[in-house]
Amino acid sequence: MAEALISLIQKKRATIVSKWFDSTVQAYPHDTAVFLKSQKDQFANPVGSSTRQGIETLMDQLVGEMAPDAIKAGLDPIMRIRAVQSLSPARATTFIFALKQILRELFRKELQEADMARQFFDLEARIDRFALDGFDIYMGCRERVLDLKANEMRNRTFRAFKRAGLVAEGTDNEPKE
Amino acid sequence: MNRKYVTAFVAVFVLFLVAWAGVSIGLQWLFGVVIPYLAVLLFAVGFVRRVMGWSRSAVPFAIPTTGGQAKSLPWIAYSRLDNPSSKWEVVGRMAFEILTFRSLFRNTRTKMQAGSLFYQLEIFLWVGALAFHYAFLTVLLRHTRFFTEPVLWPIQILENIDSFFRVEILYPGIQFGLPAVYLSGLVLLAAVVYLALRRVLIPSVRYISIASDWFPLLLIFGIAFSGVLMRYVTKVDINAAKQLTMGLVTFRPTVPDGIGAVFYIHLFLVCVLLAYFPHSKLMHLAGVFLSPTRNLRADTRAYRHINPWNHPVHLHTYQEYEDEFREKMVEAGLPVDKPLDASAEANADKE
Amino acid sequence: MAEKQPTPKEMLDRIDYQPPHVDWMETPLDIRKGMYCYAANPKSVATLGLPNARPWNPLDADWKLPENWQQIIHEGFKERLERFRSVKVFMDICVRCGACADKCHYFIGTGDPKNMPVLRAELLRSVYRNDFTRLGKLLGKANGARPLTLDVLKEWWYYLFQCSECRRCSLFCPYGIDTAEITIFGRELLNLVGLNIDWIATPVSNCYMNGNHLGIQPHAFKDMLDFFVDDIEEKTGVKVAPKYMKKGADILFITPSGDVFADPGTYTAMGYMMLFHYLEEKYGLDVTWSTYASEGGNFGFFTSHETMKRLNAKMYAEAKRLGVKWILGGECGHMWRVINQYMDTMNGPADFLDVPVNPITGTRFESARSTKMVHITEFTADLIRNGKLDLDPARNDHLKVTYHDSCNPSRGMGLFEEPRYVINNVCKHFYEMPANTIREQTFCCGSGAGLNAGENMELRLSGGLPRANAVKHVHEKYGVNMLACVCAIDRAALPTLMDYWVPEVQVTGVHELVANALNLPGQAERTTNLRGEDLEELKAQAEGETDEG
Repeated sequence: MAEALISLIQKKRATIVSKWFDSTVQAYPHDTAVFLKSQKDQFANPVGSSTRQGIETLMDQLVGEMAPDAIKAGLDPIMRIRAVQSLSPARATTFIFALKQILRELFRKELQEADMARQFFDLEARIDRFALDGFDIYMGCRERVLDLKANEMRNRTFRAFKRAGLVAEGTDNEPKE
Repeated sequence: MNRKYVTAFVAVFVLFLVAWAGVSIGLQWLFGVVIPYLAVLLFAVGFVRRVMGWSRSAVPFAIPTTGGQAKSLPWIAYSRLDNPSSKWEVVGRMAFEILTFRSLFRNTRTKMQAGSLFYQLEIFLWVGALAFHYAFLTVLLRHTRFFTEPVLWPIQILENIDSFFRVEILYPGIQFGLPAVYLSGLVLLAAVVYLALRRVLIPSVRYISIASDWFPLLLIFGIAFSGVLMRYVTKVDINAAKQLTMGLVTFRPTVPDGIGAVFYIHLFLVCVLLAYFPHSKLMHLAGVFLSPTRNLRADTRAYRHINPWNHPVHLHTYQEYEDEFREKMVEAGLPVDKPLDASAEANADKE
Repeated sequence: MAEKQPTPKEMLDRIDYQPPHVDWMETPLDIRKGMYCYAANPKSVATLGLPNARPWNPLDADWKLPENWQQIIHEGFKERLERFRSVKVFMDICVRCGACADKCHYFIGTGDPKNMPVLRAELLRSVYRNDFTRLGKLLGKANGARPLTLDVLKEWWYYLFQCSECRRCSLFCPYGIDTAEITIFGRELLNLVGLNIDWIATPVSNCYMNGNHLGIQPHAFKDMLDFFVDDIEEKTGVKVAPKYMKKGADILFITPSGDVFADPGTYTAMGYMMLFHYLEEKYGLDVTWSTYASEGGNFGFFTSHETMKRLNAKMYAEAKRLGVKWILGGECGHMWRVINQYMDTMNGPADFLDVPVNPITGTRFESARSTKMVHITEFTADLIRNGKLDLDPARNDHLKVTYHDSCNPSRGMGLFEEPRYVINNVCKHFYEMPANTIREQTFCCGSGAGLNAGENMELRLSGGLPRANAVKHVHEKYGVNMLACVCAIDRAALPTLMDYWVPEVQVTGVHELVANALNLPGQAERTTNLRGEDLEELKAQAEGETDEG
């Protein structure tokens, strides 16, 4: 366990979270990013508030148990939004890697100690875990979107028609998407 | 630097220089008489033309934005101001809109729920807008004292209220507070500064601002600033100034000597504002009265609104529809107007 | 990299780093997949006799416009400035105060600054200044003016089909500037040069020829309703008998065809049929359907005022032909804006109809005395209020319901209390979403104004995020599992939206809830709801969840 480093991080947690959030919303155009940062109402600004919440959860896990479910719960809202905002996978996930940079800069002095540096490697592996999970979730969401695109018509109209017996049994003809 | 406000700033500064230079080379008649007459004329003609232009356009549909429960069943309370169903309720809605900027306040209220510091500052959009418009109105009314002799009593009362706060500094050399400080002028200046700062500091507002948002703001700042300057710092000869303005309204223009240059600058900027007004967004002054989403009754199912150009259109009639589907309809047991045989005969007759 | 730790100032600079700030006019248009709908099918455009029918693709450089397209748009613009005071005033008076900037669900969800309502309007306003104002001509860009180039036109098309005409922004504007009005106007201009989307053009053409958006022919329409008859009999033991185009009936009933052909709207349609059957058995009310006027919705509204009028005309024409007393309208969103604010003006006066009176309660619907069309939730609320329905809300006990106000009945009509009154009388558990997401401040489903196609799924899902987010909130806080609405587009779009954001929540029409609670005379024991789900099981499931919670 990287206890010394973790307690350092916990001390500066607020700073780290705020920096991480800022770099996360840089995926958006300038004016939008400022809106995401400044509007705190979770209903007027779901993107900003989901992102903030997700980042808090991930921070908990980074210095905590790395529980798979919790990591997923932190990443899901962020990636779910990004998957429909036409952000490329790279642009959508880059914020995870930004955390490494933020920590490195914040603890530049401390990381010069060999032991600390070792602990940092450990921590980087955790961040990589986030990134891998992030990719998975992003892809899962993209697939979901494509499913919805492909099946919406079938699920609604085709099913109703079929129930009504207006579609010949056993036909494979699906409505044109 | 942002090109938009630089452009506007340069424009106002050039105007300032023009007036200053003009007066220095003795063009007092031009700046004190000709340009004011011209500006008032341009304002009046432009304003009337713009409003007439709007009025000439049709209001084909009654499209109020309904912001509350409609008047429907008698046991359901309805929202008189946000979903007005009578003329008087519309008057109420418009009055609140125009006198208190109610829609903007709705915006503020939403933001206040958000509770962040940034948007707590944003509630000043409503406060700032109110302050700006009421201060402007007060200043405007106060200025009628330059065009009336004797000064009307309501204006005197207004002045007394406006100068309620007397800040008097009576050191030799600095005689601030003599004459009385008008609150409205200072509030106006402060509000203009706030509205300008918003356009710089709030990114979304900066993004949408264009030069013609900056120009009137800076122009009004110039006017208010030169006014304040005249009153409290570089005193101008008030009596001479009034002689000039009275000359203008009585159509016996005179240009008395010894009115300071600041007066002419002030007057010139006012003239520019007047001439610019009808061609700018400042026309929201009149436009808000004509906004079809606010000034119409929402009882659109109870009274028929008339569209003056209700163009006739092509319809696909029931008869055409039945002609196309008659067989299928009959087969499905749907009623038809012309039975199958009859229509077949009719067709045969035609042939 | 510098060795020494950065100073706070340096760090701040780094944080504040943003992509270079570019003026919106300089930002090039980027047509993104998933955000736009396919171009209109030339066949549909031709059927309607609208201009420039030809195949084209938004991703191609060449949009195959008529040679004099600039002139067509300019003249169309000019003509409409005379026709619509709204547009003329809205072009002139915006002060760009920014009150509307963050009110648009598409801006909130997509993060694209050109989706700020003020900017959407500026897309047109900039051309207006250039073409129709002296100062704009004189000062050009310095005055926010720009000529209409092909890129500008493309930008219009892209962003005017990213507006669902929901009017949320107009609520907050100090001058009541209504982006819906700007979008309606802009789309009308685009149609002049043949720029429409297929999801609008084809339903419009279908509706014009066949009576409904889906192009369902009369016999198929009846087939579907016949199927519902069987379905209802299976679930309640009662055989209902809907009537078609019955001359001399009391009431003509018109509802969006989506409810007849797609789940879960079908259950709402069954709900109407059960209600009418109940009223006929108990009180002798005579309601008829029509296959000619089988569409309540009006995608013509998303094309042009003329097209809207052509489609809407069928309602009065059919009511007149059948000689009914008045018209009852089903649950639909934009349909009700058209009926409430346009129909009487366009196709009235309906002097051949009576002022609507509910013959069962004696209530005279004074507020509909000229248009002569009543909303089904007004009608049902009146019945419930007067104790005319035999209801057993226990059959909805497993539901925790919240209500989505549809944009058009909210901000183009003011229908808030009636549906809530009905829901509260047929369901025990009802929870409101947060105040800034309902009633007049309601968020769009993200698919309104003809944007509920499949290919623009990303736009729909991101635009619907503010709505879904509020649903998620009540789902997590109260365990809400059912989202009720009075709009057919909602019923088509919200299930998909929920599926993506809050899969635990299902979608229903208000009259599905009514029908599940309604005791029909002579019914068998009701063991399932209309969806065929076992009520005991649902109840046990719901209790289990509550216990856990």
